[in-house]
Amino acid sequence: MTQKSDPKFEALLRLGDNALILGHRVSEWCGHAPVLEEDIALANTALDLLGQTSLWLEYAGEVEGKGRSADDIAFLRDAWDFRNVLLVELPNGDFGQTIMRQYLFDVFNRLNLEAMKTSTDTRIAEIAEKAAKEAAYHVERSEGTVIGLGDGTEESHRRIQDALNILWPYAQELFITDEVDEEMAKAGVIPDPKSLQDAWNAEVRGALAEATLEVPEAHFGHRGSGKDGRMHTEHLGHILTQMQWLQRAYPGQEW
Amino acid sequence: MAHPSTEQVWDWLDTIPDPEIPAITLTDLGIIRNVGWDGDTCVVTVTPTYSGCPATSLINMEIETALREHGLEKIELKRQLSPAWTTDWMSERGRRKLEEYGIAPPQPAGGPDKCPHCGSTNVEKLSQFGSTPCKAQWRCKDCLEPFDYFKCI
Ligand SMILES: [Zn+2]
Repeated sequence: MTQKSDPKFEALLRLGDNALILGHRVSEWCGHAPVLEEDIALANTALDLLGQTSLWLEYAGEVEGKGRSADDIAFLRDAWDFRNVLLVELPNGDFGQTIMRQYLFDVFNRLNLEAMKTSTDTRIAEIAEKAAKEAAYHVERSEGTVIGLGDGTEESHRRIQDALNILWPYAQELFITDEVDEEMAKAGVIPDPKSLQDAWNAEVRGALAEATLEVPEAHFGHRGSGKDGRMHTEHLGHILTQMQWLQRAYPGQEW
Repeated sequence: MAHPSTEQVWDWLDTIPDPEIPAITLTDLGIIRNVGWDGDTCVVTVTPTYSGCPATSLINMEIETALREHGLEKIELKRQLSPAWTTDWMSERGRRKLEEYGIAPPQPAGGPDKCPHCGSTNVEKLSQFGSTPCKAQWRCKDCLEPFDYFKCI
């Protein structure tokens, strides 16, 4: 039997872990992007995500009340304690796949943060107000890049279509709702992800059409979700070995 | 014991350069939200520019160091997220100094109004991101120089 934890703590972990794992993934491009401008853009996007991570996880630690800092939560948990969706832990693939994943997540993130600006929890509302500005800027860029690649050369079109085919089913997990989401929505703390789905679909499908891409007919195929930790891909463990090794090998080290 | 006035503390803060863009000060940037006294503790409220800005902890350290040099002993730094920082809070002096430094100041239109080097309005965007989280890269099509643009948020 697992102990049932505070739904607000769980919900904050979901917000923090999505930003943390995606931020770490995107940071893997540092020094490897196709051109310097993209390298800098990806690194800055990752930086914003890691900043948002620390705000979410810091609050998660306070809500939990066991004295854990954002660093403790990020670096000293194992894979089954992570609450991120599978979309963000998938390997980067090629540049197109990285940008497509970013776009599908960015739109969700912006809609979610915009809605949280009126959260009944003032701390969550404050973090959302700050992060929403950054997310809006991320969408501007990832959307433009998806359209540029889709409506670009034969090769860029083929590659970004392949990326969409791989990622579209994973993006559907963002809208899976469970009892944590229901409780948070009922209390007016965080919106029900399902309530964002129509707006997400309208915006994303519009941009994909402009990018001359075809949306595949596909559903989220996994039996469990990363949101409650019952399901993660093999890739998460590999991320953690890289991300956590320093704190694991030298506990308590600081810069 | 009498402590320095808040105006005096503001004046001191106004001399601390931003660690990433030393041409402007922390007050030019508009990130100092409040200065006050809680008993004999000087409380400075700071808002971050970007949530992941690596300069945030350095900025706090610089504030503390500067105030200590002016003889303050008890200093508390508070973080305030809301209202979220906007480039509207940048001072006129700060905008002018940015331009002299070669960085186009933020504009409500979302892009620089002119090249900070030659003044030409014939400019184009290279990338939405630049050398720090707060800047984007642009280029002048007349003098052909690339330049930083301070993003408007
Ligand atoms: Zn010029």
